[in-house]
Amino acid sequence: MATPDSAPSFEGYVDAIAPLLDLPIAPEHRPGVIANLERTAAIAQLVLEFPLPDELEPAPIFVPKRP
Amino acid sequence: MSLDLCRADAIAIAQAIQSGALSARAVTEFTLELIQKRDAPLNSFTAVFSESALQAAEQVDAAIARGENPGVLTGVPFAVKNLFDIEGVVTLAGSKINADNPPARHDATAIARLQQAGGVLVGTLNMDEYAYGFVTENAHYGPVHNPHDLSRVAGGSSGGSAAAVAGGLVPFTLGTDTNGSIRVPAALCGIFGLKPTYGRISRAGVAFLSTSLDHVGPLARSPRDIAAIFDALQGADPNDPVCANRAVEPCSPQLSQGVDGLRIAIAGGHFQEGGEAEAIAAVEQIAQTLGVTQRVTIPEAHRARAAAYVITASEGGHQHLANLRSRPQDFDPATRDRFLAGALIPNSWYLQAQRFRRWYRARVRELFDTVDIILAPTTPYPATPIGQVSININGEEVLIRPNLGLYTQPLSFIGLPVLSVPVIRPEGALPLGVQLIAAPYQEASVLRVAHWLLEQGAIAPKITAD
Repeated sequence: MATPDSAPSFEGYVDAIAPLLDLPIAPEHRPGVIANLERTAAIAQLVLEFPLPDELEPAPIFVPKRP
Repeated sequence: MSLDLCRADAIAIAQAIQSGALSARAVTEFTLELIQKRDAPLNSFTAVFSESALQAAEQVDAAIARGENPGVLTGVPFAVKNLFDIEGVVTLAGSKINADNPPARHDATAIARLQQAGGVLVGTLNMDEYAYGFVTENAHYGPVHNPHDLSRVAGGSSGGSAAAVAGGLVPFTLGTDTNGSIRVPAALCGIFGLKPTYGRISRAGVAFLSTSLDHVGPLARSPRDIAAIFDALQGADPNDPVCANRAVEPCSPQLSQGVDGLRIAIAGGHFQEGGEAEAIAAVEQIAQTLGVTQRVTIPEAHRARAAAYVITASEGGHQHLANLRSRPQDFDPATRDRFLAGALIPNSWYLQAQRFRRWYRARVRELFDTVDIILAPTTPYPATPIGQVSININGEEVLIRPNLGLYTQPLSFIGLPVLSVPVIRPEGALPLGVQLIAAPYQEASVLRVAHWLLEQGAIAPKITAD
């Protein structure tokens, strides 16, 4: 699948990572998976490019015991 | 029956049964017949429990005969999205894969509570596979058809939940909402749908899509019904680690308090872009009735939507990893590649999305220092034809399915309580909804506004039951 020069391709990523996660991607599903990851990457960019203070923690909090 | 059961709300039906005007058995019999005769074109039901429903109805009648009060939902028939556990029933969650599972051993807490309030469970409802959709076009069980135009979608992923109410089959249903899956179908079908505050309603016995974002909530024909159902569902649950440890705060007694003293504003920016003119105008209609002109900006809402998307994809992919490994071909093609891709998302994207969530929650909290209720459209357009993939909005071709969550996602992302209300539309026009948004735990405020708007004639449910 052709992608603009500036957009990263996820073909190599899917082919490398999926086996490491023991998640076989069938040839008939591969193009759809790659396209979805590329779409997700473009969406994730909106979050990734937004500067956050280093000390800002993730939203979920672990509580050792329910009060 | 003199009460039009196809259009009456749950409270009216419960009162008729409590007063002896109708028996619970007669209402359940009527409902079961109705479903049998009228559901085929809608395809909203995936299972009907005639025997157990009639038994439950008889128990309600017996309790009344003994002088007892079965509860605020006495004898009211209801149905639930098929991802709620029901004892003795296999929980499909819209999938073919789950059909191989053993039956559930316990009722979901939400169902148990509604039955304790007198409700009669009549069946389960069609949904997008594993709740991962906004239209309910299910490859295994077929699409749900919008009762107001059978060629169009009912919305999703709680499409069956909305169509069954709007199609006159049952007065209320339960659905779930992760990024809009109660609000979108409620809006497209012209009824009320509440996504409560995150963690307010027990999720015990409910199949997950995204544990960070999944909510349980009701769809119904009136604000007073939503309030009564929400009140019956409230309360801590030791079986749900996320369920808030809050005392029950009944909303029903507060319904008639009106809108005086509530500071209300229209959401600008993101919530006024990317939608058809009539969808945006629906908010102005409600604002005018309320005498509201103030606008507020919910900052970085488009990034909130993006973050919610990443979290959902990542958690959803992980949730289904075992089946994605062993039987990917058995997934709905509409969800499979999305779940597979979600399972591969780099963790830094997911963690950054959760950090952004803390930032965004703080900014929106600040907004609610100065305003009590925010108004926004529910969807960017009304129901689209089943199978249509894209739509032209203001000269731009956009994908229908993901775009249905444009205005709902930034709100569920931080668990705000949101009620979608059906605005009055021109004769023959497809329904549209407006979101009434409040600060966490302020469900009573949105219900007060909705009840007032209903009394003003600015909103009304649309039921098509020929």
